[in-house]
Amino acid sequence: MPVLEQEGTQIWRRRTTGQSLVRWFGWLLGVAVFVYCWQIISASTTWFFVWDAPRIANDIWTRATPPKWDYITQLGRPIWDTLNIATLGTIIALFLAVPVAFLAARNTTPSAVFIRPVALLIIVSTRSINSLIWALLLIAIIGPGVFAGVIAIAIRSIGFCAKLLYEAIEEIDHTQVEAITATGASRWQIMAYGIVPQILPAFAGIAVFRWDINIRESTVLGLVGAGGIGLQLSASLNVLAWPQVSLILIVILIAVMISEWVSAKVRGAII
Amino acid sequence: MLRLQELTKTYKTGDQALKAINLDVPKGQVLALIGPSGAGKSTMIRCINRLVEPTSGAVMLDDTDLTKLGSGGLRKARREMGMIFQEYALVERLTVMENVLSGRLGYVGFWRSFLRRYPQSDVDEAFRLLDRVGLLHMADKRADELSGGQRQRVGICRALIQNPKLLLVDEPTASLDPKTSRQIMRLITELCQERGLAAIINIHDVALAQMFVPRVVGLRFGEIVYDGLPTGLTPDKLTEIYGEEDWEATIEKVDEDEEIEAAE
Repeated sequence: MPVLEQEGTQIWRRRTTGQSLVRWFGWLLGVAVFVYCWQIISASTTWFFVWDAPRIANDIWTRATPPKWDYITQLGRPIWDTLNIATLGTIIALFLAVPVAFLAARNTTPSAVFIRPVALLIIVSTRSINSLIWALLLIAIIGPGVFAGVIAIAIRSIGFCAKLLYEAIEEIDHTQVEAITATGASRWQIMAYGIVPQILPAFAGIAVFRWDINIRESTVLGLVGAGGIGLQLSASLNVLAWPQVSLILIVILIAVMISEWVSAKVRGAII
Repeated sequence: MLRLQELTKTYKTGDQALKAINLDVPKGQVLALIGPSGAGKSTMIRCINRLVEPTSGAVMLDDTDLTKLGSGGLRKARREMGMIFQEYALVERLTVMENVLSGRLGYVGFWRSFLRRYPQSDVDEAFRLLDRVGLLHMADKRADELSGGQRQRVGICRALIQNPKLLLVDEPTASLDPKTSRQIMRLITELCQERGLAAIINIHDVALAQMFVPRVVGLRFGEIVYDGLPTGLTPDKLTEIYGEEDWEATIEKVDEDEEIEAAE
């Protein structure tokens, strides 16, 4: 009740005195916790390593420059693999995500009590595990190589794509669906005419966005043996070949920049 | 042709939107359904083609009770009833032609419709209808490029290409300016006459209803409180339907409007 009666005039305040006091106390508590945490972190840090860090970083920098340019001849194939892992993984993920999204959306699910929770479980479980961990699991199951990487990226992307897509499905204009229903259309026709045209822009946006993310994710998959340029990175790091490492990082940077440019162009064209 | 018998709709919240409605619409008759917001006008026409499931009662279209039909039978019955919407309800990202042809979805199979391979007779009819409403040159435009009045014309074509016996029209003019509203109402009533169609038109604008239809039904709190000629809508009757208000202006406006129409 922020309106107070005082000498006949009504005074309006944003908060009552009680609410302001509670907020002030909340801030006090926050600051106290921050100071306490700072103390603990500081006590358990080996400060020698921290003071030493600039020197070490400088050391690595001098070893890594200039990059070993002629190593590029060995990177063409791995970066191509990386792009393929990302692209194939995204395509497979989209194929699997579409039915999951339709089962998860409140307005299209056949059963909100039984099927929707299963679809949501698929979305949450695939999303919650990092692709690196999926890759480790899959390498144990199907052996190391590019295929394991593709599957890891695909599984990891299902949840992301399905979640964004089912939210798009839930936000469609219902009267367009009603109008198609009123013509006597069948269930599949209603989907093809009433729903699909409405979610198509969202679908295309999600696809390129996830492809862009997957290129970045697939560059590190090689670290655990799932193919692509990460394999070279891991090998170079193991033998402390810093000039090679720096060249690989440059190649990854360029690949990511190109993918971001492409996805920005595509999304701009759709919207 | 269409007969509602004791049609009742009670929503889950307990609101009774329709209280045992009885209504008889003969072949080829156009009637306007008026009443305040929340009177159950929209619910009533949606109960007829079962976009909203009625709670009890019967909807007889010729000799079939629509409330008893299974999903296949309902699809066939829906083909007989074209529907026109307030916000046009066109599929915005499809072309005008695709929107018109979507009225044939009840007649063609899934793959034909998915691949847009409609029978030539349907395409011919679509062109004829677009020509009739003056939008032939727009056939290839996307629906969201059209103005309100143009969209509603496409909506009318979509309903008519179903070759229906009955039009269910939900607030066709509520999103349109006064001039376009009249043009659309005139178009709907003319087309109904040409094709001998019956129509139920939900409408807010009493004056507009009086101008174009031979029969007015007034709905209040889910009950029919008026059923008769548009000229019978006296201030007392309007008060009964809508509640207390000064109605003289509304009724006078009708006369003026008619003069303007006659002068045009």
